[in-house]
Order: sequence, then C-alpha cells, then structure tokens
Amino acid sequence: MATQKIVLRYNGHFEQSCLDKIVADIQREYKIPVELIECHSDISIFFDPARRQYDANKLLEFIDSNTGPYALKTIAIFRVDLYIPILTYIFGQAAYKGKSGIASVYRLKNEQYGLKPDEKLLHERLRKVVVHELGHTFGLIHCPNPECVMRSSTYVEDIDQKKLMLCRKCKNELALS
Amino acid sequence: MAKNISLLIVDDEESVRDSLYNWFIEDGYDVACAENAKDALLMIEKKNYDIILADIKMPGMDGIEMHKRIKLLNKDSIVIIMTAFASVETAVQALKDGAYDYVTKPFDPDDLSHLIRNASSHIVLQAENEALKNKVVSLENIEDIIGNSQATIRVLKEVENVAQSSASVIITGESGTGKELIARAIHSNSPRKYFPMVSVHCGALSESLLESELFGHEKGAFTGAMFNRKGRFEMADGGTIFLDEIATISTKMQVELLRVLESKCFVRVGGHKEITSDFRVICATNRDLKKMVENGTFREDLYYRLNVVNILVPPLRERPDDIALLARHFIKKYCTSMSRDIISIDQAAQKRLEEYDFPGNVRELENMIERAIVVGNGKEIKLHDLPLARDLITRSYESLEDLEKKYVLEVLNKNDWNISKSARILKVDRVTLYNKIKKHGLSAANKP
Repeated sequence: MATQKIVLRYNGHFEQSCLDKIVADIQREYKIPVELIECHSDISIFFDPARRQYDANKLLEFIDSNTGPYALKTIAIFRVDLYIPILTYIFGQAAYKGKSGIASVYRLKNEQYGLKPDEKLLHERLRKVVVHELGHTFGLIHCPNPECVMRSSTYVEDIDQKKLMLCRKCKNELALS
Repeated sequence: MAKNISLLIVDDEESVRDSLYNWFIEDGYDVACAENAKDALLMIEKKNYDIILADIKMPGMDGIEMHKRIKLLNKDSIVIIMTAFASVETAVQALKDGAYDYVTKPFDPDDLSHLIRNASSHIVLQAENEALKNKVVSLENIEDIIGNSQATIRVLKEVENVAQSSASVIITGESGTGKELIARAIHSNSPRKYFPMVSVHCGALSESLLESELFGHEKGAFTGAMFNRKGRFEMADGGTIFLDEIATISTKMQVELLRVLESKCFVRVGGHKEITSDFRVICATNRDLKKMVENGTFREDLYYRLNVVNILVPPLRERPDDIALLARHFIKKYCTSMSRDIISIDQAAQKRLEEYDFPGNVRELENMIERAIVVGNGKEIKLHDLPLARDLITRSYESLEDLEKKYVLEVLNKNDWNISKSARILKVDRVTLYNKIKKHGLSAANKP
C-alpha cells in the first residue's frame, strides 16, 4: 500500500525554487511527504464574467473531486483572482477538516496595491497561505498568536506580520487531531 | 474571542450560506445556517444565538421583519443585516429599528472580520457588565449576614427576589436573629439604595412619642416642641422605613399607620400641611402577627397591607451549620476592634457552641464571643471561657445514660471527687453514687 501524501497541484507558471520551498514548508510543518503535480485543468468554467473573478467555492469542489487515492490532502495553487459570493476577494480557501484547499498569488502581488513588484515577498506570502489553508484541512482554526501562520489575514500586510510556521499551541492541536 | 460565541447565518442563497459558514468556522465560531426567516426564528426559539447575520431580501418574511421578531425572542442578540447596494435605504431603516450594523454584499474580508470582531467584543463586554452588576447586587452590604446553611441561603435568596420591588415586607424571627440586617440587605439591593433607610424601634417609644417620631411635629405642637421636626416617614422619602417590633404599636397607631401606608400622605403633629413621601415599608417582629390578628390585637387590614412578602429568619438553633462561621466572624470582628491578634477557638469549645440552644440567637453568640475574648488567654477560646461550660443539658440530643455520665462526672469534678458531698448534691446515697461511678467507668482521670 502506497504511503499517504499531501499533493501540491500547480496551475500556471510557478518558479521551481518557489515550488520547492512550498514542498519543504509543508513537509516541515505537517511531517507528511509531498508530491508535486503540474496541472493544466481548464478552469475557465469557474470564471464569473460579472465579477471578472474565479468562484473559489466551485474551484475547491473541483479540486476535491479530483484528488488521487493516496492524497491525504490536496492543495492547489493558481494565478487567478479568487472570490466567494459574499466576499470581494480571497487569498485562499480550504474545506475545514476536509481534503482540499486552494490558494492564489493574484491578490498577494505588491502590484495589486500600487507597490513595486517583489518576487521574494510574493513567494513568501504564497508559502504562508498554502501552509495556512492546509492547517484548516487538518482542523486548525484561526489562531490569536500574531506570529502563527494560522492567524487570520484579511489584507496582504497581515500575512507579512506572521511567521511561516505553526505556533506551539497549533502544533499541539495538530498532534492531537 | 470567537470561543463560545454563536452565530446564525440567514440567507436564501446556498452559496452565501456556505461561504459564510466556512469563513466563520475557521475563526472558531459556533456557526449555524438557516435558509429562510421562518426556520431561523424556530432555531432562535430553541437556542440563543449571539450574532445573527441576516439577508435583507428573502422570500416570505424579509430580514427587517425577521429582525423585529428576533428582538422579541431575544433582545440581546446582535443582528447584522446583509444587503445588496440597492437596498441600503432599507438597511438604514433596520438600523433605526435597532440592528447592530449592516454590510453591503459582497463584503471586503477585512470589513467583515472587523464587524464580527466588534460585535463579539460587544457581547463579551455586555456579559462582563452583567456579571459585574449581578456581583455588586448580590454582595452589596450583606457581608454582615454570615452563614452557609441552607436556611441562610434561602433567606438571602428571598432578599434577592424581593429587593427589586417596592413591596412591603414583614421579617419574622426570634429576638437576636438579625432581622434588621435582613432589612438593610433588602434596602441596599433595591433601586432605593441611594436614598436613606430610616429605622424606628416601635417597642422603645410611647404612643405619643412614636407618633411624633413617625410624622414629625410643628413648633409648639406640645410642651417641649421648640422647633419644627421632620418625621421618619418624611426622612425616608425615596428610601425605606424599617419599623422594628411592629407588633408593639397601639391600636390607634395601627389605624394611623394604615392610613399613611395607603395614601403615603400625612400631617405633622400640630401641623395642617399635608406632606407626601414615597417610602417602602419593611417591618420586623418576633411575634406571630397572624395569631395577633386572630386574637384581635393587631388589625387585619394593616396586617394584609404589610404582609405582601413575609421573610422568616430561622433561629440559630435551626441552623447549627452557621455557628462555626459566625463564631469566626465575631472573633475577627472583636479581635480587630480590640487591636489583638486573631485568636482561634478550641475543639471542645467549638463543639459546645454547636450543641447549645442559643435562645438569644446570634446576638447571644456575639456577646459570648466578645466576653470570651476579654476573659480568655488571648491565644485561644477555651470551653471555660464560655458561659456554657457548666450548662450540659441544653440541646444535647444524647441518651439518658450519656447525660447521666456527664452530669455525675461534672458534680464529682466540681466537688474534687468528694463522694459524700457529691452524693448529697445528686440526692442519692453514697452506695448509689459508687455504683454509678463503676457503671460509667468514671475516675478522677476523667477530669478535664
């Protein structure tokens, strides 16, 4: 029987160094092997022309229904603008205690906020969002610790405030789950 | 913050419900959803939700109507109205009707987060405020009422129940049970607490003096009335009048009192001007007023006027569990007032106190402790410091055998085991006394 893995799927172009770092981050925080898979799924069906954004709920459902048998969890990363009906945008979304999560770099870019591009910062933000969304799939809720990666981030500078790691309390909860 | 805060999402669109559900569940809220106002109201009837996020436009009952009904079910719920841009005016109407806030769909994640966080803080503060208020009410000025027996707790519960109203109260209890303390507790926890509580000890005053005390007098009303004087009813305006030993007032005063209680109007002795006063009446008595009514010594109409609530303060012998606590309280009180170190009470003395009948109730215990501190060794209250040391028979539910043993030993010890003298006191012959000593296995070694 094959070992259960966390599958990291990427749609669109991502620098290999960034992907490698995400893999390392997931393995470090969740102690589970990670399999990296490149995808070329047609996600245009999730595009809402009225909002000119992609429906994250439907995208998440799509990812969830296409997980492999050995995927303990699947996290997919995109380059498109994500929304849920009630919110103007989101950085990422996960099924709480579920199997899948999604994240996007779109709203993480400095350029979205009239600032100079910063690739390194962008990668770091994406890595944090991926670790954060995966945390929800493992049943972690938002953490009040300002440095914990599970802290809720509603704007991009919020993400920069936290560290790329789970706090001790979240780690303990993860061990118990 | 999110812990223990419950949230109900009411929206007819499934995608909205799901999105919000997922969003809030990740924040650790206790989240539930309803797809229409009818279902939501049924859910709110069964469980109190702290925050209700309701869409303004729903088929059937809309969010505004639902909000009004929610407020009837649970006025403390925070209702946040969700609206599309076009229906902002309606949302503003909801705010005027008492909704906490409104958000326009779709929301900025940060705005939503802030809104819910503020609402949660509001709930936490409200709960803290309520808890503090209750704490203040339940603790205010009852520190002198000592006891953790069921009987004392029942009395305090009655005080709490009656305090908020303006109903007349009769406190019945034996002398020394602390009836005035109970009256003070009622006053201190009532909305009248910022106004005076005026006490009148009816039993200590003659009829004419009581009349002048209660109603006041004008200058020259009688010999010695050199100035105008306010009566106690006037002084108690806005507050409480405490009439102690109400059973002792004369028939004439009973009629006067009834008239004042009914009209809250009276005239000072020797005066003409009618004075109005808003007071609450609390009476105390150690007599059975109902029996007095039956005997015709207390007016029935006055009795029913006063007896809206009757609080019975049990005698100390019916709540022996309170004795140790009370003793400690009085030791602390008197040691502090005498600038001495707080002393303890030895086991034998403690046991004796718990066995004693206390016909004088708490007052007797208080005097006993004060005396024991004065005459004692300054370290510990011993049995011989209490005036009960020789009193064996009171409240000892012991067998005749045990009592006989104790009494015989007591007499022997008192007479230094002089058998002839002891036998004379016990009115038995010497042989009988020897037989009793043998029977109970007594010896001089039993001497305390």
